[in-house]
Amino acid sequence: MNATPDPEAPVDAAFVRRWLDAAAAAMDRESARLTELDSPIGDADHGTNMRRGFLAARTAVEQDPPETPGGVLVLVGRTLISTVGGASGPLYGTLLRRAGKELGEEQAVSAARLRDALRAGVDGVAALGGAGPEDKTMLDALLPALDALTGALDAGGGAADALAAASAAADEGAKATTPLRARKGRASYLGERSVGHQDPGATSSALLITALAETARGDV
Amino acid sequence: MSAPLVGVVLVSHSAQVASAVADLAVGLTGGGGDVPVAPAGGGPDGGLGTSSDLIAAAARSVDRGAGVAVLADLGSAVLTVKALLADDELPSGARLVDAPFLEGAVAAVVTASTGADLDAVAAAAAEAYTYRKT
Repeated sequence: MNATPDPEAPVDAAFVRRWLDAAAAAMDRESARLTELDSPIGDADHGTNMRRGFLAARTAVEQDPPETPGGVLVLVGRTLISTVGGASGPLYGTLLRRAGKELGEEQAVSAARLRDALRAGVDGVAALGGAGPEDKTMLDALLPALDALTGALDAGGGAADALAAASAAADEGAKATTPLRARKGRASYLGERSVGHQDPGATSSALLITALAETARGDV
Repeated sequence: MSAPLVGVVLVSHSAQVASAVADLAVGLTGGGGDVPVAPAGGGPDGGLGTSSDLIAAAARSVDRGAGVAVLADLGSAVLTVKALLADDELPSGARLVDAPFLEGAVAAVVTASTGADLDAVAAAAAEAYTYRKT
């Protein structure tokens, strides 16, 4: 069992490592599907890239495990930037590294602090890529996830329930990219032809948030 | 001893494109003067993509203390440079220049060869956007 010593601050370095393991397993498992989604509207490498990046991040953390949740996130972010090889590298790298920097040296944090950190990361992604809602990008999964997480926490929900709500919202958000027309990235060159395909980046973002919800629930 | 020249880094998804554009820019400058130019092309696995390690190494290799103009082709090349700059992982004088890749590279290297500063090199590269072909 993965005991969490403080129910008020369940997110410690071990928690983030379990999240990373779950995310790496998800990217490994879903690699073919992500690449398939990336074939009609991208360059058919999203699954391969995400799998390579997250497996490399897991190895980097195993080799030199940081002691704080922020430290783990920063290391994962840096590793993604240097190993993914596509636009997802700097985008996911910025998401996790900004989140890690937001947590600083804190040893264990609450779900609300994790939410703050994720918000900082998502703001970083938006600034880097210049995308907004409904541009058919990662943000279409991440922004609804943040809203659902905030809503559930504000309503007094616990970490596991709030992250489950975030996961469901991310999944819905990813599915809702299908009818959208891409306005960022390579898919934007396709114009109307990008309509009718679920966005691969939103899909991998939903996998990342789902891995987080599974971690909070104690499934991994 | 003349003042150090601005360095130029060319980031492309393709190692061949980065390297060929560097050769072209240097060649059209009559050997490039002594402008330090470094290509950073291809992904971490050597295929098409972007490698942050290659970009950081290229930027360090051309940094003579006068600044480094970084030109990128598209997508992940641009985003990776921005992410590296945001986290201070490039030399302190490095700057992403908003310019067309090939034309901007030629303009940057020619301008750098005159001993111009980074602002002038960046402006010359950006101005390449305004050159119409029809």
